[in-house]
Amino acid sequence: MNTLLRIENLHARVDGKPILKGIDLAIRPGEVHAIMGPNGSGKSTLSNVLAGRSGYEVTEGTVTYRDQDLLELPPEQRAREGVFLAFQYPVEIPGVSNIYLLKAAYNAVRRHRGLNEVDALDFLKLVKEKTKMVDLDEQFLYRGVNEGFSGGEKKRNEILQMAILEPTLCILDETDSGLDIDALKVVADGVNALRSLDRAFILVTHYQRLLDYIKPDHVHVLAHGRIVKSGDAGLAHELEQKGYGWIEAVAAGT
Amino acid sequence: MNALSHSLYVDSYRDSATVEPGWMNRVRRQALARFEASGFPSPRDEEWRYTHVAPIERKLFAAASGPADVATAAALIASCRIADAWSLVFVDGLFAPELSERNGLPAGVTLDSLASLLALSGAEAEAEGLAGWLESELELETESDRHGFLDFNTAFFTDGAVLRVDTDAMLEKPVQLFYVSTRNGGRATLRNLIRIGRNAEARIVETHVGATEASTLAAVVNQIDIAENGGLNHYKLQLDGGRAYHFGGSYTRVAREGRFGHHTLSLGGLLVRNEVHARLAHAAQTEMNGLFLSENRQHVDNHVRVDHDEPHGSSRVTYRGILKDRSRGVFQGRIVVHRDAQKTDAEMNNRNLLLSDDAEIDTKPQLEIHADDVKCAHGVTIGQLDPDSVFYLESRGIDAATAREMLTFAFAAEIVERMRPDPFRELLRGLLLARFPNAK
Repeated sequence: MNTLLRIENLHARVDGKPILKGIDLAIRPGEVHAIMGPNGSGKSTLSNVLAGRSGYEVTEGTVTYRDQDLLELPPEQRAREGVFLAFQYPVEIPGVSNIYLLKAAYNAVRRHRGLNEVDALDFLKLVKEKTKMVDLDEQFLYRGVNEGFSGGEKKRNEILQMAILEPTLCILDETDSGLDIDALKVVADGVNALRSLDRAFILVTHYQRLLDYIKPDHVHVLAHGRIVKSGDAGLAHELEQKGYGWIEAVAAGT
Repeated sequence: MNALSHSLYVDSYRDSATVEPGWMNRVRRQALARFEASGFPSPRDEEWRYTHVAPIERKLFAAASGPADVATAAALIASCRIADAWSLVFVDGLFAPELSERNGLPAGVTLDSLASLLALSGAEAEAEGLAGWLESELELETESDRHGFLDFNTAFFTDGAVLRVDTDAMLEKPVQLFYVSTRNGGRATLRNLIRIGRNAEARIVETHVGATEASTLAAVVNQIDIAENGGLNHYKLQLDGGRAYHFGGSYTRVAREGRFGHHTLSLGGLLVRNEVHARLAHAAQTEMNGLFLSENRQHVDNHVRVDHDEPHGSSRVTYRGILKDRSRGVFQGRIVVHRDAQKTDAEMNNRNLLLSDDAEIDTKPQLEIHADDVKCAHGVTIGQLDPDSVFYLESRGIDAATAREMLTFAFAAEIVERMRPDPFRELLRGLLLARFPNAK
């Protein structure tokens, strides 16, 4: 099977400070990869580099997505090509309604694929169905993007966007942090519903708990800007029992 | 101002033709004498520190003579006429009855040109219940922060609108007042008198438009009087051409339990000064919302003053500016809570979006509080678009230029949402969307 995303020797820095120091990772369609690690290990930096946020400077290495150089593409092109980042801290945008953003984003992706813009009624039907799936009240559609949403509502809104845009590579940046168990289940259900043979997930998380609900194919442990250990779902349980201390020791020794 | 800066406008003064009553000539001459002494406001005046009007003196804009260019005016107002409204149209300072719409005004409502009312004989004025009222209004002696433009206006106004809504009358449809500038080098000096009676309600949409290529001056003064428990929503659409000088002042007295809404949208003009003052009696309320969008070398100054004279009044002043290119904006707002105005609830907020490194905003919100049991707050922000918000939209497939436009439109739309009720909501959205075509 082809590789969907190939990261090779990726180095990146933020404000001149090296954060990622040689990441190698290959992801095939259909797979779910969990990236775990202590705070400050570079997890969020990796997510932001993949999504194309400015201020994250790649100094070495390559990222190949569907046979293209991902790092060459501006962020909106990455999104249109099917890369989706669920933000750790979704911003509030008063004055731009949720449904307006959803429609603008949906049509941007459709145009990119050479499809016609969607009919307003059909779109509304689609959105309502997905809104139910993430257990959000329909009134949230007409409010400003994330404006006044609780933490859990913001994360569910990210999953709603993901469900509507149907990306090929979904990156969830600590989407589980700060969620109560009900909201966590909604997020997990959303991801599980989207799992398919041609779609891959990167779950960036600090806690093993999310992986009780989404079973990953691979687990990687990130420390000091490098993947120091990879394994199957069992690795997450090992981390849960032992904490990150032993990983720190391994990383420091290398 | 000293004798060296003698205003050439003074030399152009002529007593009006015999159609005006004798007291009018006296009032004009007194105002002219004050204007001769003061001239136009100078930057040495704190209230005019950021807005320099010297070009108006240099350019010596001339009052129109001869018939109005009705065809040009008709084309200009077509784009911003709201459906189903009464209207008065003034072209280059002169009333154009053929473009105005006054059919079906309800009883208890007067909507007319000031010049035509001043031309009534003493007996006719008496019959209309106008005798004395016009004279006392036009003296305009009581304004705080008075300055040369007010005296200039009194000396030189050629016409204006008079709207009187009597006790208990309701104007179901809005009244749209058009001020159209068509002539290069021309000026329009207008005085509007608006009186909302006890328990009466009205909406006015003051609309300024002009030919894009003409250098013009509009100096328009509104005197507004709202009687006990009366309500007025006053909307101002300032859409002058790109070479226009605009002074527009609204001076409002709100009696006990009265309500005054003032909503300004400034999009046009080269040098613009919007002034709005409100003086509030017991439990009177005012809500003022303003939005301006400036570009190129435009200069837009919004100047607000609210005086709480008596207890239990409330004021909400919310202004936003969006500045592009080398444009410059000014916000000066002052809420004065006088000694007797206990339990006043006042809030003033000014936010500005600078979309260019060369744009500049000077903002100065002030609260002056002489009472001790009040709730007052004010705030200011000046900033650029939030890069995190831009990236969020980009990460959803929206290109950077469209993302920036969507966010700018959203910033503006929040003020438009406040401009309720909305006789021109659709028109307003259309005007904004014309500026942000990708944000629809």
